[in-house]
Amino acid sequence: MYQQLAWQITVALTVVLGLVFAFIALNAGKWTEYAPLQMRAYRLRTGFFWTLVLLLTPVLVYSMSELPYDAAHRHPGNKPQVIDAVGYQWYWILSSNEVTVGRPVEFHVTSGDINHGFGIYDQDMRLVGQTQAMPDYVNKLQLVFRKEGTYKVLCMEYCGIAHHNMLAEIRAVAPTPVPSEDNK
Amino acid sequence: MSVLTHTSPRAGATAGVLAYLVSAGAILLLMMVFGLAMRLEQAQIISIGANRFYELMTLHGIGMVGVAALGGAAIMWHFLRQYVQLSPALFIANLVLFLLGVVLILVGVLWGKFAGAWTFLYPMPGHSMGVWDNDAAALFMVGLLLIGTGFLLLYLDVARALIGEYGSLAHALGWPQLFLGKGKYGPPPTVVASTMVLIVNTIGIVSGASILLMMLINLYFPRFTIDPLLAKNLIYFFGHVFINATIYMAVIAVYEILPRYTQRPWPSNRVFLAAFTASTVLVIFIYPHHLLMDFAMPRWMLIMGQVISYLNGLPVLVVTMYGALTIIYRSGIKWDMASGLLLLSMFGWAAGVIPAIVDGTIVINHVMHNTLWVPGHFHTYLLLGMIAMVFGFMYYLANGSRHVRAGMLDRLSFWAFAAAGMGFTFAFLYGGLSSVPRRYAVHLPEWLAYDRIASVFAAVVIAAALVFVVRFASRLRTARGGAT
Repeated sequence: MYQQLAWQITVALTVVLGLVFAFIALNAGKWTEYAPLQMRAYRLRTGFFWTLVLLLTPVLVYSMSELPYDAAHRHPGNKPQVIDAVGYQWYWILSSNEVTVGRPVEFHVTSGDINHGFGIYDQDMRLVGQTQAMPDYVNKLQLVFRKEGTYKVLCMEYCGIAHHNMLAEIRAVAPTPVPSEDNK
Repeated sequence: MSVLTHTSPRAGATAGVLAYLVSAGAILLLMMVFGLAMRLEQAQIISIGANRFYELMTLHGIGMVGVAALGGAAIMWHFLRQYVQLSPALFIANLVLFLLGVVLILVGVLWGKFAGAWTFLYPMPGHSMGVWDNDAAALFMVGLLLIGTGFLLLYLDVARALIGEYGSLAHALGWPQLFLGKGKYGPPPTVVASTMVLIVNTIGIVSGASILLMMLINLYFPRFTIDPLLAKNLIYFFGHVFINATIYMAVIAVYEILPRYTQRPWPSNRVFLAAFTASTVLVIFIYPHHLLMDFAMPRWMLIMGQVISYLNGLPVLVVTMYGALTIIYRSGIKWDMASGLLLLSMFGWAAGVIPAIVDGTIVINHVMHNTLWVPGHFHTYLLLGMIAMVFGFMYYLANGSRHVRAGMLDRLSFWAFAAAGMGFTFAFLYGGLSSVPRRYAVHLPEWLAYDRIASVFAAVVIAAALVFVVRFASRLRTARGGAT
């Protein structure tokens, strides 16, 4: 979702910017007295500045309402499955390769040698979340796997000549049904 | 003290400036070819192998930063010497140290097989898994140190000259006008921009040198270790500040040349001064946006990274881009290659700011960091912004610092550069939309289409750049002599 949003915003604003530049370039050849034009442009600039501020401020505030660093707090009462993930040149060691759909998973990500990036891709090869894997530090990444299937872990930080081969897989399985009292 | 940007006599460039630009042009073309080779490898059109790919990636990254620095420094020095007395000897010393550094880096990469990327993230240079040895990594890092030393000397000379002329860096930034209301206008935009650059880049270079020295010690004395997160902070601080400084040096071409074409002043009024004071602070404190996926970082720094990413776009859009459009609108300007490329550069810089701000948003960075979105945004403001400024400056000099109607080949090259440049950068951005990781020598079959389209665009960009550089190189005598 965020990828699509990023693309649409970028394309739309680039087109608007291109149209503004084309308008100015097409009207550049004519001549007008500068002083009054400059005064008008300065007044418009004040409006342009405040428009940007008014547009960006709510986006800035809203976008910080669900930071990935705080993911653990979004599922109170639902104890996450913890998986230790350690990156090495050029492989991952995961304490478990299986997760449950719908249950939060907390990856404790670190590195045994140099910097790596722990990126999780869904079945459509869409990046669903990432954090850096660093020596001496543990980054806690919490995700909820929404669909059954095989997810891939790719390295997102250049780590040497087999960086692109640094792969692991995680299988997301349906939750085991809890037996009801009647079936006991 | 000057009131407005004055249109100085149309002097030609010094031999030093031309040497900078010729070096920058030659290295640029070579690095562009390396970049094309990388895209062709990813597209599976050629086969150079992963080792060679990552060596070229290392050279392309560091080489392009060097090209930007050379081009930006040439522009700054050329125009700044109208206002202050700069040392030609130190200007040349910087180029000599730069070229010496380039030789060491080339030897380290092509002979020593060092492929640690321009980011040389600690402790990778010492952990090559047998691909390169410590000496190759050391050659690369000593080469960088030499280049940094040269630029530090240049900035110290700029500081000396500015303080000598204006009394202090605060005066050169126009603080008496901005904060004390002493007069309506500050020093010329070139002086203000140069002051901002020397402040931020001196800090940046010293930070870069400190981590390089620590890493060199670690290479040969591994018991001397460095905190990896501290190392990453220092590297990205240095890298971000250094590459940003190149744009703020190059934009001086816009501040100086467009007023001459339009016969309209670019005043360093309070809004302009406030923008540059803001940029001085923002460029220093923005770098944590490179570390948004380092969850171990202090939370306030990561939030600051996003907030400043948003703020940092405002001076660029509201002052420089808007100022350029204002000065051009209904000015009766006669377009030529120089003015056209400078207008394009304003578009490229502003267009690059958009995906950059988008990527600086933490929740978006979570799913786009280190994908092709990142080279997508920085290629937009570097290729279509910063490098277009350098090309515009080259044409300005090659035309004898005056308007010269562009020939058919130049006009064709301009439109090819603009269109293919957009296509090239949007292929990267589309790759980011599709979650393609950056810095991968081998791509999945479903990603090849973007790589192949990007390769075509890259080839067209190189052809256009070749025309620009050859045109400049063939008119060095005119560039040296200036307008008659």
